[in-house]
Amino acid sequence: MPTTSTATLEELAEREYEWGFVTDIEQETLPPGLDESVVRWISAKKGEPEWLLDWRLKAFRHWQTMKEPTWHNLRYTPIDYQSIIYYAAPKSKDDGPKSLDEVDPEILETYEKLGIPLREQEILAGVAVDAVFDSVSVATTFKEKLFEAGVIFCPFSEAVKEHPELVRKYLGSVVPYSDNFFVTLNSAVFSDGSFVYIPKGVRCPMELSTYFRINALNTGQFERTLIIADEGASVSYLEGCTAPMRDENQLHAAVVELVAHKDAKIKYSTVQNWYPGDKETGKGGIYNFVTKRGICAGDNSKISWTQVETGSAITWKYPSVILKGDNSIGEFYSVALTKGFQQADTGTKMIHIGKNTKSTIISKGISAGRGQNTYRGQVKINKGADGARNYSQCDSMLIGDRCGAHTFPYIEVRNPTARMEHEASTSKIGEDQLFYCQSRGIALEDAVSMIVNGFCKEVFRELPMEFAVEAQKLLEINLEGSVG
Amino acid sequence: MLEIKNLHVSIDETEILKGIDLSIKPGQVHAVMGPNGSGKSTLAQVLAGREEYEVTEGSVEFLGEDLLELDPEMRAREGIFLAFQYPVEIPGVSNTYFLKAALNAIRKHRGEEQVDAVDFLALVRDKMAMVKMDETLLHRPVNEGFSGGEKKRNEIFHMAVLEPKLAVLDETDSGLDIDALRIVADGVNSLRAQERGFLVITHYQRLLEYIVPDFVHVLVDGRIVRSGGKELALELEDKGYSWLENAAAATPAAAAPVGA
Repeated sequence: MPTTSTATLEELAEREYEWGFVTDIEQETLPPGLDESVVRWISAKKGEPEWLLDWRLKAFRHWQTMKEPTWHNLRYTPIDYQSIIYYAAPKSKDDGPKSLDEVDPEILETYEKLGIPLREQEILAGVAVDAVFDSVSVATTFKEKLFEAGVIFCPFSEAVKEHPELVRKYLGSVVPYSDNFFVTLNSAVFSDGSFVYIPKGVRCPMELSTYFRINALNTGQFERTLIIADEGASVSYLEGCTAPMRDENQLHAAVVELVAHKDAKIKYSTVQNWYPGDKETGKGGIYNFVTKRGICAGDNSKISWTQVETGSAITWKYPSVILKGDNSIGEFYSVALTKGFQQADTGTKMIHIGKNTKSTIISKGISAGRGQNTYRGQVKINKGADGARNYSQCDSMLIGDRCGAHTFPYIEVRNPTARMEHEASTSKIGEDQLFYCQSRGIALEDAVSMIVNGFCKEVFRELPMEFAVEAQKLLEINLEGSVG
Repeated sequence: MLEIKNLHVSIDETEILKGIDLSIKPGQVHAVMGPNGSGKSTLAQVLAGREEYEVTEGSVEFLGEDLLELDPEMRAREGIFLAFQYPVEIPGVSNTYFLKAALNAIRKHRGEEQVDAVDFLALVRDKMAMVKMDETLLHRPVNEGFSGGEKKRNEIFHMAVLEPKLAVLDETDSGLDIDALRIVADGVNSLRAQERGFLVITHYQRLLEYIVPDFVHVLVDGRIVRSGGKELALELEDKGYSWLENAAAATPAAAAPVGA
């Protein structure tokens, strides 16, 4: 019946619009592969100014001369960069599940345990629903509030159009396009991302969080985030989501840049729970190669990274801080859990340049199943960094006897007044601890999550309240069946 | 309430307990004494359900049920409590949180209502006073950074809160000075009750001056070689373990004594 199908199509097309996916972009998808024309095409598609296209092209040409790094403690099947699609129009809803009935029951169970409302479940699972409208309106309310405070918070592509002077000034200022293989790739082909600017003296009136993220879900695999806190400004940014999201891109190479001016504070929290791959074979999981770096550009500024990494097959990530301003503070709090066949090589770099700069590193690695967990960190005290201080603590916990934990701390001190403290420990989740809990009536699984949560406490308390609760639950769910 | 019959226990193919018979009735306090390596702690661990120990022969009934069939947490919920010789540290988990989780697991098993944080605090206040425990220990991570005495007092405090039917005290006196010993003993004595049984394991007679037992059993090389009243402890103090060790060695099946 042609009329009916036309009507259905029209309806679909309309709904598509409601999703807010497509505005000025036609439905087009590039064939797989990467060459200069692809970079030009993406830039043109986004209606970018000349300077940005030039920047992308410079990056692309440089990328062609580069080799994928191999120094990490990770093993994976080589990535074929010519088989990746670098620009895909948002998926038609027809490709997604029609209702939650079609979603992997295991994912639904996780949603259930995390207590995620039904509508959000549908959105996260990629179900074609109109419910998005609700969260859009929530976002709109927030947007107004932010606008009143003078805060700019928008998609990266919008910032390029609306605030080109800011983007041009700061893009690549912390993470240059030539920084490393994945950064350079991202710089050439980045799809979209978030842009935040907090003006002088403004405390961002709310946590910039998940609600927005739901709208920005399909920013794709080459995401770009740029956050600037001007003098005396402060902001707390939450990235990610505890719920597993539907995602068809295997390679993720994101870049995050943070700039904190004099007396400014940026707190960046991440919960990452992407698909870790098949439990039995490790197949199909996300490769997450991310570069995150912040600069404490002004005196007395502070940048704090907190991350809870439980997903992805491969995690390659070293959120870092360049402590340039005097008395500036850099912090890194991390929980990384690897189970099944997951591998994580993660840590931080703290580069002390200014006087009396201070950094703190707390890293908690948990390995279960056949998971491999590597902490890799660098603390560098430059010549002029009088009175610099660093405290590093790297603890590893092993659950079972087929997993592994590795620690590679690099310390480079060029100033005799520096004070460094480094502590490291590796423990097996104690039979004694488990038995002690059980002998008091506590069930084995509860005991495991209690002990692991205790182990991670120093990191969890750095997370914003609701995130902390979710993160704890997330660990619990991920650890189910790891012992016994 | 506890019936141990011909209990044989091995660890890594080595037999530690070689046929234990012991019967405890509600309200009774039994002391098990013995030299190092005689199997005292093994007995305690087996009763609490530690997996590494393999029961090769014999049976243990608790309140008419086959105890050996139960997981450690089920034993605790049924009313068995083990005060550890070496209480375990659990970093990052506060003592209150831990104990509340334990209490609620047990209450749930009994079909009783869960207690919330406020009720719990009210409930534990006087129990803390009983073992003269500082309230700050309640909020610190379980046993982490506790002194030896504080750890042992914490065990008795847990026992007071969980109100077990049978309490097994594994060398609770070890490493305690006389004041701490007295506090621990006072705590135990105030928990003595008609319906509650105690199995007190100790190397020294000293503890039994404060916790006066109804029965004393002497364990040597995995066997109870002598049982008697509280005066047996005094006799042992007087003559030393060698007195009974020689007796044990004289029995034909006995292997060489382990350790010293």
